[in-house]
Amino acid sequence: MKAVEAMLNGSRRDCARLITQVENEHPKAKEILREIYPHTGTAHVVGITGPPGGGKSTLTTRLAEAFRAQNKRVGIVAVDPTSPFTGGAILGDRIRMKSLYEDEGVFIRSMGTRGHLGGLSKTTAGVVQILDAYGCDVIFVETVGVGQSEVEIVQNADTVLMVLVPGLGDDIQAIKAGVMEIGDLFIINKFDLDGAVRAKTEIEMMLATDQRRKAIPLVYPVTASMAGSNRAEGIEAVVEGIIKHRADSVENGQWDARRKAQVRNEILYFLRGELEAILKKELDRWELEKVYQRNQSPRERGEEILRTWIEEGRHGKKD
Amino acid sequence: MRPIRVLVAKPGLDGHDRGAKVIARALRDAGMEVIYTGLRQTPEQIVRAAVDEDVDVVAMSILSGAHNHLLPQVAKGLKAEGVKDVLILGGGVIPDTDIPNLKTQGIEAVFTPGTTMETVVSYIRSNLKRDLRE
Repeated sequence: MKAVEAMLNGSRRDCARLITQVENEHPKAKEILREIYPHTGTAHVVGITGPPGGGKSTLTTRLAEAFRAQNKRVGIVAVDPTSPFTGGAILGDRIRMKSLYEDEGVFIRSMGTRGHLGGLSKTTAGVVQILDAYGCDVIFVETVGVGQSEVEIVQNADTVLMVLVPGLGDDIQAIKAGVMEIGDLFIINKFDLDGAVRAKTEIEMMLATDQRRKAIPLVYPVTASMAGSNRAEGIEAVVEGIIKHRADSVENGQWDARRKAQVRNEILYFLRGELEAILKKELDRWELEKVYQRNQSPRERGEEILRTWIEEGRHGKKD
Repeated sequence: MRPIRVLVAKPGLDGHDRGAKVIARALRDAGMEVIYTGLRQTPEQIVRAAVDEDVDVVAMSILSGAHNHLLPQVAKGLKAEGVKDVLILGGGVIPDTDIPNLKTQGIEAVFTPGTTMETVVSYIRSNLKRDLRE
């Protein structure tokens, strides 16, 4: 495909257009993703997640600046919510990223969730693959502002940064299941605010008692943007933390394990979608009246259907 | 069909973005994806954002009086990048006498104070240069 070749040779505009086709699940998207796939896998994908207004975009910008200073090419995929009522969206993460606008070595793309739950959009993984093939060394994927259960980023990133701020609640909030379990690095941003030290201590205590983790993640105090100035504090430590997380993961096998899990997930996601379409069609040929009349439970009828399918699969369809 | 993508930008040095935000909101409510870049953008920054975000429309709001200088630069910059299928719009405090000149330089429509949101939304919908199915 001409556009893919041009993108691999560094054409920014073709990169942008390919992203559009993949994002829109254009008929050509399948071919695009197939052609670029052998060129992917080299980028370090860093997820940035956390509650709305916590400073994810500002932190992403500071981190991107730091990686640019090391001459790395940076990609940023910033996801914001789509209105469930109109399908429209305000994609505003770029407002914080002005310092990166004129840098040739940074490619920023904003995406709406378009009805997908989980913190990302349905096609974010594909867009990340394009930026990977385009030659980005580090790709930051910024999720929508998350609540408690949007954990999809962990299936799409090598390293996940959980960006928190002081004042989000007590230590019980910190030990709840969900998003708090997916961070590899924890950031307490806006560390110049009241309650920051306490928040850091509570998160550290939560992490120290997490039996599931092999290594206890560090909690980084950061002020990505001081009020009334462009000064930032604590960024270098986070950059080192990200680089170290990669090195450690490669060494302890987590890197490969996670990437394999990602591939399995992607295949599973595809199979589920395809199978569901087949099942929906197949279900039309089954009598469900007894269930409608409440004389049989949906589960019971489902088991009957499943048993018959398995039989048919073994011996061939009778009709 | 995919949603229409619009870049809403504020070129130049004025700090008045109420109009840009009202427009952004109205376009959102009309089902468009609006990328808002914030205040004080150079034409180069706007061009770069329009290319990376692969938008259908670049809508610029300007109240500083520098429209004759800045808006055509964005049109030129996009052309130089090979982008010919973006609808370029202007809005803000722009004298009627300046509008014909802007139009010859690639700003296809200019919306001045008092324009209704419906006017802007329907203008965009009927003047897109890209097929949303492509």
